[in-house]
Amino acid sequence: MNTVLPRRLTIALLLLLAGLALFPAWGPLAFAAKYTFLLQKLTGIMILAILALSLDLLVGVAGLVSLGHAAFFGLGGYMLALLSPQYEAASLWVALPATMGAVALAALVVGFLAIRTAGIYFIMVTLAFGQMGYYFFNDSKLAGGSDGAYIYVKPTVEAFGTTLVNLESKQAFFFVVLGCLVAVYLLLRVVLASPFGRVLAAIGVNEGRVRGLGFDPAVYKLVAFALAGALAGLAGFLAATQYGFVSPAMLGWHQSGHVLVMVILGGMGTLFGPILGAFILELAHFGLEAVTEHWLLPMGMLVIAIVLALPKGVAGLLLQWCGKKGDGE
Amino acid sequence: MDFWFFLIQVLNGVQYGLLLFLVASGLTLIFGIMGIINLAHGAFYMLGAYLAYWLARTTGSLSAAVLLSLPIAAAIGYAIEALLVRTLYRRDHLDQVLLTYGLILIFNEATRMTWGADVHGVPVPEALNWSIKLTDTLSYPAYRLMLSGVCAVLAVGMYLVISRTRFGMWVRAGASNRDMVAALGINVKLLFGVVFAIGAALAGLAGAISTPITSVAPGMGDSVLILCFVVVVIGGVGSIKGAFLGAMLIGLADTFGKVFVPDFASFTVYGVMAAVLLWKPRGLFA
Amino acid sequence: MENMKGISRRTVLRAGAVVAAGAGGFVPTRFAIGNTAKVKVGFLLPYSGTYAGLGEAVTNGFKLALEERGGKLGGRDIQFIAVDDESNPAKGPENTNKLVTGENVDFVVGPVHSGVAMGMVKVVRETGTITVIANAGAGAATGPLCAPNIFRTSFTNWQTAYPMAKVAAERGMKNVVTMSWKYAAGEEAVAGFEQGFTKAGGKIAKQILVPFPQEEFQANLTEIAALKPDGVFVFFAGSGALKFVKDYAAAGLKSIPLMGPGFLTDGVLKEQGAAAEGVLTTLHYADALDTSENKAFRGAYRKAFSKEADVYAVQGYDAGQLLFQGMGTVKGDSAAKADLIAAMETAVIKSPRGTFTLSKAHNPVQDIYLRQVKGGQEVVLGVAEKALADPAIGCKMG
Repeated sequence: MNTVLPRRLTIALLLLLAGLALFPAWGPLAFAAKYTFLLQKLTGIMILAILALSLDLLVGVAGLVSLGHAAFFGLGGYMLALLSPQYEAASLWVALPATMGAVALAALVVGFLAIRTAGIYFIMVTLAFGQMGYYFFNDSKLAGGSDGAYIYVKPTVEAFGTTLVNLESKQAFFFVVLGCLVAVYLLLRVVLASPFGRVLAAIGVNEGRVRGLGFDPAVYKLVAFALAGALAGLAGFLAATQYGFVSPAMLGWHQSGHVLVMVILGGMGTLFGPILGAFILELAHFGLEAVTEHWLLPMGMLVIAIVLALPKGVAGLLLQWCGKKGDGE
Repeated sequence: MDFWFFLIQVLNGVQYGLLLFLVASGLTLIFGIMGIINLAHGAFYMLGAYLAYWLARTTGSLSAAVLLSLPIAAAIGYAIEALLVRTLYRRDHLDQVLLTYGLILIFNEATRMTWGADVHGVPVPEALNWSIKLTDTLSYPAYRLMLSGVCAVLAVGMYLVISRTRFGMWVRAGASNRDMVAALGINVKLLFGVVFAIGAALAGLAGAISTPITSVAPGMGDSVLILCFVVVVIGGVGSIKGAFLGAMLIGLADTFGKVFVPDFASFTVYGVMAAVLLWKPRGLFA
Repeated sequence: MENMKGISRRTVLRAGAVVAAGAGGFVPTRFAIGNTAKVKVGFLLPYSGTYAGLGEAVTNGFKLALEERGGKLGGRDIQFIAVDDESNPAKGPENTNKLVTGENVDFVVGPVHSGVAMGMVKVVRETGTITVIANAGAGAATGPLCAPNIFRTSFTNWQTAYPMAKVAAERGMKNVVTMSWKYAAGEEAVAGFEQGFTKAGGKIAKQILVPFPQEEFQANLTEIAALKPDGVFVFFAGSGALKFVKDYAAAGLKSIPLMGPGFLTDGVLKEQGAAAEGVLTTLHYADALDTSENKAFRGAYRKAFSKEADVYAVQGYDAGQLLFQGMGTVKGDSAAKADLIAAMETAVIKSPRGTFTLSKAHNPVQDIYLRQVKGGQEVVLGVAEKALADPAIGCKMG
C-alpha cells in the first residue's frame, strides 16, 4: 500500500474536488431549474462514497470482503431515528457520537465472530449478520417495521446557543457531507500510513507472514472492522438526515452488494477509487434510467465491460496513465 | 404435537431441502472446481422456470418442457463460460463477483423483456394432481413427493458419479487442489466449460420442475441464490455431501422455525449458518 | 404576482447565491410561463422488478382517462415524466425528489409499494406537491401522515379486509386462522379483519405471519390443517398469492373456506386455475362488475393496450379523473393550490368500480364487493359493505 499518489493524478483529483465543491456556484448557471435536485443528488452520492470508502478499508486493504456492510450503514440511520425525539431536533453533538459509538460496538461484536472465518466464508458470515440486521428492523415494531421510520426534524448543530450550520439548508448540508467525505478520506490516508495501517495492508497481502512476524492479525482485523463500521454508521447517519427517512432496505444485502460494486469498479485499495466508483455507478444509473425503461440491461453490460476492460478498476487505469503501477493488491 | 403433524413437517422440511440441494449442488461444484463465485446461479434457476413455463405452454406437456429446458440452460451456461467467465480465471474472486452480478442484471431484464413482468404459474400435471390423505385434515400433495423423489435420485446419482467415475475424480481433485487438475494433464478448459454447463443445467432443472409449486416471476432467482449460498457455506465449499447436509439442515430449520418460533422465523436460517460457522469456520465438510 | 416571483427567483439563481429552500417555507415556483406551459405529471411507479406489471397498469389507466377527455388537464397539454421507483423504500425519498425538485412536476402519481409510499409522503409533505396515491394501501398515508396535498384513489389495507369479517360471521364461522406476510400491508389487513371478526363474536384461532417475501408455505399449511379452523383469512398478493392458493389446494385444505382481500386472486386467477375455485375475496373492484362504466372502461382499455384491465388500471384511471376534475375547476391554474385541493376534495368520481367520493382524510369512500371464484371466473356476489370509509385514525385534517 503506497500512500503517495503520482503528482499528475493528485492534481487531477484536486481539480475534480474543486469542481465539486464549487458546484453551488456553477451549478445554477449550468442546470438552472434542475440545480437543487442535482445538488441533492450529488450530496446523496457523496454519502454513498463515504460508505464505499469505509468498505475499501476492509475489502481493498485488509482483504476482508464483507457482504454485510450495509447493516452498519442502516444501523447508523436507525440510530438517528431512535435518538431523535418525535417532533424535536436531536443535537448533532450528542446524536452523532452516540450513533458512531453504537455502530462501532455492533461492528466489534459482529467482527469478533466474523473474523474467525476467511475468504468466501467471511463473505457469507457477514452476509448472514447483515440479513439478521435487516430482519431485525423489518420485523420489530421498534422503528416502524417494514414501513420504515421518519425523522421529522433534522439534528441541530449548535455551540453556545447559536446555530453553526442549519442542516435544513440543502446547500449547507452539501458542504457538511463534502467535509465529511474529505475528512474520512484523509483519516483513512493517515491510518494507512501509520504502523497500524501498514500491518493491516500486509495482512491483506499475506496474513501468514504477518503472523510469523509476531503480530496477531485478528486484533488488527477487528479494529479495522470496527473503524469501517463506525464510518459506515456516519454515512448512514448522513443518509437518514438528508431525507429524514429510514427503511430496512438500507441494511439489506442489495445495498451491501451495490457498495461492493462501487469499490471494485472504482479500484479497491486505492481509497480515491471507490469514491470515483460511487460517482460513476450512480451517475451511470441516473443517465441510463433517463434514456430507457430497460436501464438494467445496459447497466449490466457496463459492469461486465468494466470488469473485462479494467481489471484494477478505474483507479488502476488512472494510475497506469499517470505512469505508475497500481499496487497494494 | 401429534405424530402425523410432526411427520408432515419433516416431509416439508426434507422436500424444501432437497430442492435447495439441487440448486446449491451446481453452485458448490462451480466454486469447488473452478473457484468461481457465481452470483448468476440464481438467474439459471429463474431461466429454467421461465423456459419450463414457456415450453409447457407451447408443447402442452410439463415433462417435455422440463426435458427441453435442460439442454437449453446447459448450452447458455456453456456459452457464458466460454465467452465471459473464461477470461477471468487468473483474476481476483471479486472480479468474478462483479461480472456475475452484471449477468444477474442482464438476465433479469432480458427475462422481463421476453416474457413480460406478469406473474405466471404452471398447473400441476393431471397425473400427479392428487394428495395422499393421512388424517381427516392432513394430507400430502403427490407432486411434492415426486419432486422429492427426483431430487433424491439426482443426489444419489451425483454421489455415484463423483465417487466412482473418472470425471468425479477430477471434480474431487479440483475441489481440493485446483492446480493439480491441470498438472494431471486434463483439458481444463473443457472440464470447466462442462462443469459450468452442468451447474447451470442443475439450477435450471430445479427451476423447471418446481414451476407447478412456485410462481414464475421476475427476480425469483435472487432469494434462492442467497439461500443456496447459505447451504454451500454450511456444507463446506466444493463438497456435494456438505451441500446435501446443509440443504437438509436449512430446509428443516426453516420449516420448524416457522412452526415453533414464528417471531424469529427470518432469523433461524441465518442463525443456523452463523452458529455452524462459528463452530466450524470452514463449513461441515471442507 | 406570479411573474414577480419568477423573475426574482431567476435573478437570485443567476447571482449564484441561492439560499436553498427550507422545509415548508417555500412554494415551488412556476416561473413566468403562466397557464400555457405543459402540466407536468410525474409517475413514481415500479417499472422494473416484481411489481413492474402493476406500475404499467397504473400508467396505462391514467393515460387512458386523460386521452378519453381530450388529452389535456384544465386546457393545458400534459408532459409525463416516469421514474422507476424499483419498489425500493430506501430510495423512495430520493426518487420522489427527482420528480418534485428535479423535474418540478405539478403532480405526482404513484406508487405501488407501501414502503415507497412512506418515503414519498415524507418528501411531498414538505414540498406541498399534489400527490395521488394510485395503489399503496398503507393506512398511515391517509392516517397520521395525512396532508392537504395527499390524495388516494385506491384503498387502505384496512378497507379491503374489514368487510370480510361480517361475511365470515354471517356464514357461521366461529374460529378463523389469519395469515399474511410479516409486513405492513399484510399486518394492517389482518388487523382489519380481526377487529371486525372479534367484534362479531368470532375467535381468531391463530395469527400466522411469515417473513416477506418468502413463498415457502408448507409448514404453515400443515399447521392450519392441524388447527382445523372454520375458515382461513389471508393477505397475499402477486406471486405469493398465486403460490399460496395453489399450495392451499394441494395440501387438501379446500374444505376449509379461504378468504382474503381481492389481491389474493386478482391478476393471477387464470394461473391459479382450479385451485382458486370457491375462494372468497373482498375488494373495491371486480373485473366482472356489471355496470356500463366498467364495461366501457374495459373495452377502451382492451382497445388501447391489447390487454385486460385490472384493479390497478382502474386506480390509475381514477387518479387521472381526479386530476382532470380538479384542474378543470381551476381552469388549469395549478398554482391556485388551495382551490385545486378544494376541488379535488369534493370531486365525485364516476369510477369503473362505482361512483365514489373522498373522505376528509382524502381516501375513497367506496363500496366493497364480495366476490367468489366460480368456474374459473370471478363472480360478484354483492356488496359486502356500502360506502365504507377508512377510520383514518390519527389524521387531524378536516
